[in-house]
Amino acid sequence: MNGAVRNTPSAMPVTVVGGYLGAGKTTLVNHLLRQANGLRLAVLVNDFGDLPIDAELIESQDGNVINISGGCVCCSFGSDLITALMDLRNLEPRPDHLLIEASGVALPGAIAESVSLIQDFSLDSIVVLADAETVYRRSRQRYFADTINRQLSCADLIVLNKCDLPGRNDLSETQAWLRNDFPDAACLRTQRAELPLRLLTDKDASGIVAETRVNARTSPFSDHPGYVTSVLEFPKGRDPNAIAEVLAHEDSGLIRAKGYIEAADGEVYTVQTVGRRSEVRRSHAGVGSVGQVVLIAPEWQVVPAKLADVLGGRVHLD
Amino acid sequence: MQVQEEKITIYRARRILTMNASNPIAEYVAVHGGRFLGAGSLEELSGWGEFQLDERFADKVLAPGFVEGHSHTMEGALWRYVYCGFFDRVDPDGNAWPGLKTVQDVLARLAARDRELKDDQSPVSGWAFDPIHYGDERLSRADFDTVSRVRPVGVLHASGHLMNVNTKALETAGLLRPGINHSGVPVGDDGLPTGELRGPDAMMLVNSHVGFDRALLAGDEHGLRQFARLCVRTGTTTATDLANPLPPETVGTMLRVTGEKDFPTRIVSLKRFAAMKPAEVIDDVLELREQSSNQLRLGMVKVVLDGSMQGFTARLRQPGYFNGAPNGLWYVSPEQLQELYELALLHDVQVHIHNNGDEATDLALDMMELALRKHPHPDHRFTLQHTQLADAAQYRRMRKLGFCANVFANHHYFWGDHHLTKTVGPERAMRMNGCRTALREGVPLAIHSDAPVTPLGPLFTAWCAANRWTKSGKTIGADERISVAEAFYAITLGASYTLKMDGEIGSIEIGKRADMAVLKDDPFEGRPEDLKDVGIWGVVQGGRVFAAEAI
Repeated sequence: MNGAVRNTPSAMPVTVVGGYLGAGKTTLVNHLLRQANGLRLAVLVNDFGDLPIDAELIESQDGNVINISGGCVCCSFGSDLITALMDLRNLEPRPDHLLIEASGVALPGAIAESVSLIQDFSLDSIVVLADAETVYRRSRQRYFADTINRQLSCADLIVLNKCDLPGRNDLSETQAWLRNDFPDAACLRTQRAELPLRLLTDKDASGIVAETRVNARTSPFSDHPGYVTSVLEFPKGRDPNAIAEVLAHEDSGLIRAKGYIEAADGEVYTVQTVGRRSEVRRSHAGVGSVGQVVLIAPEWQVVPAKLADVLGGRVHLD
Repeated sequence: MQVQEEKITIYRARRILTMNASNPIAEYVAVHGGRFLGAGSLEELSGWGEFQLDERFADKVLAPGFVEGHSHTMEGALWRYVYCGFFDRVDPDGNAWPGLKTVQDVLARLAARDRELKDDQSPVSGWAFDPIHYGDERLSRADFDTVSRVRPVGVLHASGHLMNVNTKALETAGLLRPGINHSGVPVGDDGLPTGELRGPDAMMLVNSHVGFDRALLAGDEHGLRQFARLCVRTGTTTATDLANPLPPETVGTMLRVTGEKDFPTRIVSLKRFAAMKPAEVIDDVLELREQSSNQLRLGMVKVVLDGSMQGFTARLRQPGYFNGAPNGLWYVSPEQLQELYELALLHDVQVHIHNNGDEATDLALDMMELALRKHPHPDHRFTLQHTQLADAAQYRRMRKLGFCANVFANHHYFWGDHHLTKTVGPERAMRMNGCRTALREGVPLAIHSDAPVTPLGPLFTAWCAANRWTKSGKTIGADERISVAEAFYAITLGASYTLKMDGEIGSIEIGKRADMAVLKDDPFEGRPEDLKDVGIWGVVQGGRVFAAEAI
């Protein structure tokens, strides 16, 4: 999967949110919408059965479209995702980022494949939620064991949710199992699906890539303690593919990275990773902060110094 | 009798097979007001009062109108497109389209349509294509470019889950580009899609460009009338439309068309449970039930648990697929199914459950056992549809839990050779669609065609159940064959029972709807192997006579 999906500048980035019933997908979507802060998020959900959006966020509803305060929108796609995606292309103003909430029995990887069929969208990442209390048991249970394993195995990020519920031992065992069986995913813990939006998108409300505002060595997220962001600087002439490979490696401890590297050929390349997924593409002229890569990691990871060491970059200090 | 505006008609027939166990054979049948006054001798029936004797069926055999318990009215709409099937098939006009025995024949028939089209843009669309019969060679867009390079060409496979298209169709849909990474869109050596599209998402992008408009496939007016004409040709007087989303506008159209005075078929349309909560679908069908008419019955739910065997998407128990393919896909969770069952039992809504693989059958049974503990129901008649791989133990559980089975009995004919060698292997191919086991274990049985997946034709389905031949002439599972009488029961009273309509249709019996299949031969006189060749003159439906020749 690494490097397989290539962004085009106009393509709308897509996050697929999967996981079995009750894992917290709807809670996550609502939590992300609360953080949008002007960023126009579009949300596609399977159905509106149990209202997927918290009532206080809803501005108005018109058939299968819910308008959410702050310019976000939520649509139901029923059993026809492709048509919903095609309709979404005509939405004005154009959303900045799309979240697709998969049904509990769907394979998020299959949804990601369908996204790849339409030129105007590009997959950013697949996030699979797992109920910390039940996921291991379910992954061994009759009927749905293989489905749950297939859901987890296509994840870039596994979010082990409801971590306030199980006993301590359970949790570390569950996490060890996830790391062992699903090495292609970065694994995070949450309670109540409280995931920072910054883990899923590089843009903020003004569409500016967030790194330009980062100026500390490691800055904790103000609204989500537990995650830190930091910036690595690279001189000209470094191989962006080699950098991407290290950033996407399990040992990097990173959840997400994005930046611009000027390679030996004088071209600027965008380097982007989510979990083990990485991509490198030629960048357009005029991108800011060439030579800087913004990293996002859980705070307990001693990321920047270690990576700087491996990559020969240096931690940005100003 | 009360004052009668319309005279009693008494038909004389060569023989009347009533399927009424207390009065099985008769020579005359009396009809009034769309219902039977009874079957018997002229003397017995003349006691009802003044009548007109109708001799037009004097050399015909009358049977209860056939009931197709699992079909889709979409078959009518598909005949707009070029028939590309391997088997001979009769269209709504009564033309027999010869089956196409080579790929070249398929391309030639599509090319003929290309030449008929006057403009340069209209697509050429085909259906019922089944490359399984043409060996292992995969077809590519280059093959279909020989039909046309300027107009989009798209050919839907018999399963309905795959499509082949030409280069122009890919280009129009924005799919003729490198970098596509989708398991349903295979890519050739040139890095571009080969033109084979697998699964609904892959097909959806090109559907509108190759003429497969979704509204059309859901069954528009014309398609519904065409479907009804096929029903007349096959002796069918009641047919299910087993998985319709049933939005209000569709219901309105269906009510109007089926209510026309010369519409010859009673349609039973089930709402498909998909992308909604169980409570929503139950609310919907309770409302739909109130809109039911004599000719359009609403108020039941269809739920799909897994995929199909030949598509390797059915859910199998161990040891899984014969060729080692990974297990198939689930379309609902156990929790959703149990909730649906519970609400349906509580509100007395009947549920029909698509299950192909035996693991899906297990899920259907397990969840029912839980639901019934909470909401016991004396006569729910939930029906397991297809239930192709069920074994004897599962049939015993069906009986205990009150399920009916509507078995895909003609599957062996079309795909049996494939089942033997690829999907399930010899032993399970023998027990597949086990009609004999169902009857032995006391499970109410119906058999079906799943039209348009296979052609509508209850007599042909009955022939398959009685003979279990494959198209190559093998017999698979001779011990699962049933008798002509049992098969005949399955396509009349058996299917009526699964729809809770056996008190109203399914036999020629006093008080029931005057629905009859008018046959040219007596199915019980011939050998089981001749059953499919019994001639069909037409039907009587609700007392109205429809000749296939004139429909």
